[in-house]
Amino acid sequence: MSFMDINGIIENINGPIVRGKDMHNVSMMELIYVGEERLMGEVIRLKDDKAVIQVYEDTVGIKPGAPLYATGYSTSVRLGPGLIGEIFDGVQRPLIRLAETQGAFLKRGGQLAPLDEGKEWEVHIRVRPGDEVSGGQIIAVTQETLVIEHRIMVPPELSGTIVHVEPSGTFKVNDVIAVLKTRRGEEIPLTMTHDWPVRVPRPHKIRLTPSTPLVTGQRVIDTFFPIPKGGTAAIPGGFGTGKTRTQHQLAKWSDADIIVYVGCGERGNEMTEVLVDFPKLEDPKSGHSLMERTLLIANTSNMPVAAREVCIYTGITIAEYYRDMGYDVAVMADSTSRWAEALREISGRLEELPAEEGFPPYLATRLAQFYERAGRVKTNNDSVGSLTIVGAVSPPGGDFSEPVTQHTKRFVRAFWALDKELANARHYPAINWMESYSEYIRDLEEWFEENVNSEWNKMRDAIFKILSEEERYREIAQLVGEEALPDEQRLILQTAELIKIGFLQQNALDPIDTYCSIYKQFRMMEIIFDFYKNAQRIIAKGAPIVKIISIDSLNEVRRMKNTLSNDEIDKLDALQDGLLKDLSQLEEEYREELDHGQGL
Amino acid sequence: MVKVYEREKLGLSGIEGPIVFVKGVKGIGYGEMVEVIGFDTKFRRGTVLEVSDDLAAIQVFEGTTGLSLNQTRVRFIGTPLQIPVSMDMLGRVFNYLGEPLDGGPEVISRDIRDVNGLPLAPTAREYPRDFIETGISAIDGMNTLIRGQKLPIFSGAGLPHNELAVQIARQARVPDDDEEFAIVFAAMGVKHDIAEFFQRSLTESGAISKSVLFINLADDPPIERLVTPKSALTVAEFLAFEKGMHVLVILIDMTNYAEALREIASSKGELPSRKGYPGYLYSDFASIYERAGRIIGRPGSITQIPILTMPNDDMTHPVPDMTGYITEGQIVLSRELNHKGIYPAIDLLSSLSRLMKDAIGWGYTRSDHPNLASQLYAAYSHVQYVRSLASVIGQDGLSEIDRKYLRFGDAFEDRFVRQGMYENRSLEETLNLAWRILSILPPSELHRLSLEEIKEYYGDSK
Ligand SMILES: Nc1ncnc2c1ncn2[C@@H]1O[C@H](COP(=O)(O)OP(=O)(O)OP(=O)(O)O)[C@@H](O)[C@H]1O
Ligand SMILES: [Mg+2]
Repeated sequence: MSFMDINGIIENINGPIVRGKDMHNVSMMELIYVGEERLMGEVIRLKDDKAVIQVYEDTVGIKPGAPLYATGYSTSVRLGPGLIGEIFDGVQRPLIRLAETQGAFLKRGGQLAPLDEGKEWEVHIRVRPGDEVSGGQIIAVTQETLVIEHRIMVPPELSGTIVHVEPSGTFKVNDVIAVLKTRRGEEIPLTMTHDWPVRVPRPHKIRLTPSTPLVTGQRVIDTFFPIPKGGTAAIPGGFGTGKTRTQHQLAKWSDADIIVYVGCGERGNEMTEVLVDFPKLEDPKSGHSLMERTLLIANTSNMPVAAREVCIYTGITIAEYYRDMGYDVAVMADSTSRWAEALREISGRLEELPAEEGFPPYLATRLAQFYERAGRVKTNNDSVGSLTIVGAVSPPGGDFSEPVTQHTKRFVRAFWALDKELANARHYPAINWMESYSEYIRDLEEWFEENVNSEWNKMRDAIFKILSEEERYREIAQLVGEEALPDEQRLILQTAELIKIGFLQQNALDPIDTYCSIYKQFRMMEIIFDFYKNAQRIIAKGAPIVKIISIDSLNEVRRMKNTLSNDEIDKLDALQDGLLKDLSQLEEEYREELDHGQGL
Repeated sequence: MVKVYEREKLGLSGIEGPIVFVKGVKGIGYGEMVEVIGFDTKFRRGTVLEVSDDLAAIQVFEGTTGLSLNQTRVRFIGTPLQIPVSMDMLGRVFNYLGEPLDGGPEVISRDIRDVNGLPLAPTAREYPRDFIETGISAIDGMNTLIRGQKLPIFSGAGLPHNELAVQIARQARVPDDDEEFAIVFAAMGVKHDIAEFFQRSLTESGAISKSVLFINLADDPPIERLVTPKSALTVAEFLAFEKGMHVLVILIDMTNYAEALREIASSKGELPSRKGYPGYLYSDFASIYERAGRIIGRPGSITQIPILTMPNDDMTHPVPDMTGYITEGQIVLSRELNHKGIYPAIDLLSSLSRLMKDAIGWGYTRSDHPNLASQLYAAYSHVQYVRSLASVIGQDGLSEIDRKYLRFGDAFEDRFVRQGMYENRSLEETLNLAWRILSILPPSELHRLSLEEIKEYYGDSK
């Protein structure tokens, strides 16, 4: 839109809520520019000629009587090559370029095109005149980053016949690369970009059942509480329990093609950390820098609250766009609680009747709509893409009974409950294995058996059983002391300890331990279980537990996570042999004793 | 220069608590500053909370006591709340808006700043990595403070947070660095003697000439409390990012600040959230705490140490809770350690420094530092388990190894955590001390340390 008409005037201002009057021909969710400063806002209520607008920028100094400009379209994101590697604010302003032009501190009203419009792309046209195309179909491709081929698609709502194409070559995002003629005879120029309203899910053909895990390299997740590509997970936890760290780990190491990291109402330094770290880290899958597949949306806690509400949608819409190209995309949303609180704040200013704890009654619906945008789908160009959502939840006081955690639980199928006690003991990741769950386990069993080891599920269940038995014996031990328990039960406690130290605890800061290949995960479980099985037998033969737990090779087992790298599988074999040898030696000793005793 | 006020109005249309309503003035901007002069000729300030065509709701600082409907004059200044900033503010004491409380001259400066500041773009932030040596083992060894970090002290009534803050201010230094530092101190709703304690301590250590103090006392109007930290941070930003100084900002007491926020929110008739605090407590806190940090290409920094007292020692109370969700860790004080007579009474297990990981270890402090700290945490947390076990089954029922843990735990609290208020330990001393105490445990318990580290430091320490 080249120029804008005045479509109303401001009547009242209350923080991020502006009420306008004389507003004709505006629609719900329409993007409005507010005041001479042209602050961005969105219509959230309409009655007669009056509209309520939530403003995404600071409204200080805005005056009643100032103009309102309607744009004719909803709050949208611009989609096209150049998104990856960028960091945008909640309304898709490119923060690197914005800071270059404005300085370190963000002033309001600054408008900059989300995509670099001067950048030239090497484009390969994939259609010919006469081709029948419809929304979502790929008309051209360009190499967006070293690892991502950007597939330029017909905007979802369009279809018709291609009547003209440019030859493959160099183009800028707004250059016309083809012309489409609709059935009604309208000729529509197609560029490399289109806009899409953030609150409307992008269309696809059908939903498919997710059946491939998102391999994260984080043992407790992959082994015990896995999610598939296209699944949903929540990470609730009090402050400092590890939500952000876990999401950073997933953003770094999970085997998605593209990561959209949404920092919603959280710390500025955490976004900076991603910007500093990711370019230096190598994606284990591609061998290239992680920034080649990552894009960030940052609406930090000191930025305006209404933009916090929209930033989640900005992120998810961009993610859907790449899903539509046939990629596996994962969205990290940190934190969905800040988004819910933004909803609450706006709702409070509108004097809506609240439901639980001041949250508006539609909180649950909004959460459901958000998580419903995840999934594995057949796209409109018949490729298969997926969108995984991992949402952090920050319950006040770390109390999971609050509304955001409770409602989220209804809409996600994996729940990684962070535990303050574990975090205090620096047991990281502080994912409580008793409170967490994944409803996807059965859906993914087949994949693990076929791709890792046919024993995967048996091994997983066996290890988990030891952990759950430990709970019981630990309670008794706390009353009578561990030494008062029979050795078989002490073995459970000791093995559980070994599982915690040697397997569950995973140091994100250790260069080796930060990422554990799925195969190494299996071998580690196997080694621990070998210990347990053999020790059980030896105990039955009368060997005291203290002897068993003081064998030398056990120390290596405790340390195998960070002493042996993912490709030193042969050393794991040697370690396993050593362990078995130590154990059988011990067994020998007691066989002799036993024989001796029987001889008497 | 005589100011001309185009928009001035005699008479209010209503008064409700700290809020007055004015009718019939056009062109009022949301959030702009207002001067309110009552019949008593007392001068008050306020800001516009909500504005419609010709009706404005104004929040009055200094309170509305003594204002009448028809004898009150209101002037609209046209800008948001501002204060002057200048290097001359060092060594001075001010009220919430930068007006002198020390009998000295008013600050004259052409640099006038909006106290609310502007959000710093995450792309402009420099990730903080410089270790600050405070000379306190429990902090340097286990919860390292970093330049540009926001690290609050969670305390309780009667615990030594003031002493600790002053000790940090007195001892903090960055090794091998002689860049200029400054201290900005903001007191919110504190008692007179606390404000004086800080002033005296800064004078004794000689830091007063490098300090700017903003004092809002317990008997000052609560609404001024909301401005005090913002003014202080506005000056801190000026000193740090324009004058290149390393600024340590001490904010005390955020609980009083939050109470003022709650009082004003409820007088505005807003829907309360947890414990009566407004739902935007988080965002409001963030607008303060996020003003810490460093900026790419600029020499200075703002390090924040907010202090808050936890009502009932309850860490899940909204004030510590919302703070912890924003700050980069927390130093928690423990009543139990304080009862044992251990100063600084830092409860290590619930304390955390999130920026520590990128600023310690090889190339920063000492290569064994990260694993050593991690091991101490693991061992000390096992001590808690053993202690509770011992309280049920008695020490005799404990295994040999668990008895060692008990000895380790006691020594750790008594020799590592405990230190004098004027005792300044170098990091080297802190780490060596930690190794000596850790060596009470057998090496096979030290899973978090590498075998090389154990070989080099275990047992007698250099
Ligand atoms: N896997 C891990 N390995 C090592 N350290 C970890 C790990 N997980 C968490 N931590 C530690 O815990 C600290 C807090 O984690 P994090 O910042 O992710 O918490 P959070 O849950 O996001 O808190 P908040 O709600 O306040 O944002 C980190 O700074 C880090 O020191
Ligand atoms: Mg976090």
